[in-house]
Amino acid sequence: MSTSHASARDTTEGPVYTVTGGDWDEVVRSAAKADDERIVVNMGPQHPSTHGVLRLILEIDGETVTEARCGIGYLHTGIEKNLEYRTWTQGTTFVTRMDYLTPFFNETAYCLGVERLLGIKDQVPDRASVIRVLLMELNRISSHLVAIATGGMELGATTIMIYGFRDRELILDIYELITGLRMNHAYIRPGGLAQDLPPGAVDQMREFVKTMKKNLPEYDKLATGNPIFKARMQDVGHLDLTGCMALGATGPILRATGLAHDLRKTDPYCGYETYDFDVPTADTCDAYGRFLIRLEEMRQSLRIVEQCLDRLEPGAVMVADKKIAWPAQLALGPDGLGNSLDHIKKIMGTSMEALIHHFKLVTEGFRVPAGQTYAAVESPKGELGVHVVSDGGTRPFRVHFRDPSFTNLQAMAAMCEGGQVADVIVAVASIDPVMGGVDR
Amino acid sequence: MSDQPNPEKELSEQNLPGQRGEHGEEIRVQRGMFGANSGGDTSGYGGLVRSVRLPGPATRPYGGWFDEVADELEGALEEQGLVPENAIEKTVVDRGELTFHIAREHLVQVAKTLRDDPALRFELCTGVSGVHYLEDKGRELHAVYHLRSITHGRLIRLEVCAPDRDPHIPSLVPVYPTNDWHERETYDFFGLVFDGHPALTRIMMPDDWQGFPQRKDYPLGGIAVEYKGAQIPAPDQRRSYS
Repeated sequence: MSTSHASARDTTEGPVYTVTGGDWDEVVRSAAKADDERIVVNMGPQHPSTHGVLRLILEIDGETVTEARCGIGYLHTGIEKNLEYRTWTQGTTFVTRMDYLTPFFNETAYCLGVERLLGIKDQVPDRASVIRVLLMELNRISSHLVAIATGGMELGATTIMIYGFRDRELILDIYELITGLRMNHAYIRPGGLAQDLPPGAVDQMREFVKTMKKNLPEYDKLATGNPIFKARMQDVGHLDLTGCMALGATGPILRATGLAHDLRKTDPYCGYETYDFDVPTADTCDAYGRFLIRLEEMRQSLRIVEQCLDRLEPGAVMVADKKIAWPAQLALGPDGLGNSLDHIKKIMGTSMEALIHHFKLVTEGFRVPAGQTYAAVESPKGELGVHVVSDGGTRPFRVHFRDPSFTNLQAMAAMCEGGQVADVIVAVASIDPVMGGVDR
Repeated sequence: MSDQPNPEKELSEQNLPGQRGEHGEEIRVQRGMFGANSGGDTSGYGGLVRSVRLPGPATRPYGGWFDEVADELEGALEEQGLVPENAIEKTVVDRGELTFHIAREHLVQVAKTLRDDPALRFELCTGVSGVHYLEDKGRELHAVYHLRSITHGRLIRLEVCAPDRDPHIPSLVPVYPTNDWHERETYDFFGLVFDGHPALTRIMMPDDWQGFPQRKDYPLGGIAVEYKGAQIPAPDQRRSYS
């Protein structure tokens, strides 16, 4: 076959077609002429319909996928190794970049682990915990919005993509106001937060909750009852409870089997046990159920955000222990976020001891007693766990992340084999893998 | 005024200096500090000797539900004709977390028991994390598993170790299929060979990569950069304070 879309060349493995678009039937027809009935399709690593640089290797028979495998590792950046060469505080700067759609979950999980090793879990001020919950729930909404938006786009529904990114932009504006950045924040630190909320943040978040309550029903109108949408998603990417347990799948995939397992309820952290919210489930075990759960979780997250805003009371956002807390309140200067001028005046002009303390804490960091711990948070994708080991030094001895995308992506084969090629995209989208988290 | 209690003389626990005793298990001896080891050290820090210790075995009672889990596990292993002391090398309770150190030859049986026994029911394995204790001779490579029981709302840790010269640990894929990719990842980074794994290949690094990058003797790499006229060394060449 040699059309403009697919050119063939002969190799020792048989003919290899490079498909760049056009009619799929044409490719199948011409491949069927070959002696070998088995076709191996290589999707990616840069396929625009995949989540980051994911490579799918599909063995197909006509339109049916007989075997599906994932090739990952294209986005491996050695974050875990790098952490071993930085101080404990610098670690947040790295972990925030793993799953770049859920930075606050990465930071919180890491900081909870470090705080548990330090034994200061109970000393973290209430205000810091409330702001952590606040940011995590906003982050849950923004992550789910991307999952729904890109999932829709992969079905050819561009409107829902525009809607999703429109609403996500409102959340990114809030992040930018609070942390200075739209992503890669490094805002949550061991012991608390880098700095307090800036003026106007609470008002903007209240405004956002109002807007979002108006916008969320639009997704229902657009997609929930939409027959095309339902036809593409229902009974696709099936994975039942047994499969989830065996493959370690958590998050919306697990909750779509009817099990209301959510670490915020079963193993609470950051005071989640004191908030009022529901854990939505579905019993369809398919992509449609996962979509409905994500929609409902956004509503529940808005509820939690409202409760957080009501609970915010003035107070410290960092532990009082000066051996851990960064000595200065950071302030926005002409060259970005840095030490406040008042603090620099004090340490350079009047207090030699404060200067020494500042220098030691910034360059050397604090020591963490030897031992290991496991901290887990419920990220939008499932259980995000971190195994932190210290040898008593100023740098982590070993940090390992159990990223939910990594574990859930394993279920791809179970979801796709035996189904149609076109459903592979839907199934992978319903897993919502983010390769930054998968490969780390 | 002498009958007034002097708060500064109160020797409550938090006023005492941190313990530096013989408790815990030594994994390494740290010599020197601040990286000053090439002569010219006038600070005296180069002569410091500090032993690095991890929390040691705990004694009964462990507290809370830990005893229940330990009893059930030991009982279930005995029923299968296994001497619990042979399978469970030691039990560590630290920071409110329970760790069973398992002899590698019994790992699969212990994991299967933990998964299937109705009183234990650890249905969910959250994968395996490797740790390389370079200087703990004979016990260099550790594989750490976290098991979650959704039925009982519990979390425990299993730790298995293998020496560098024989880096083999039985695979848990038959018991927890989720460990497929996790074990491949640990093999990729630490060179731990999981015997019985269906296809133990590299997963993150390129297939033809040499060496195991997360081992402690594998350098991080990097190049020095110039910033505002000063040379900033590569991250693994910078001064370490540990």
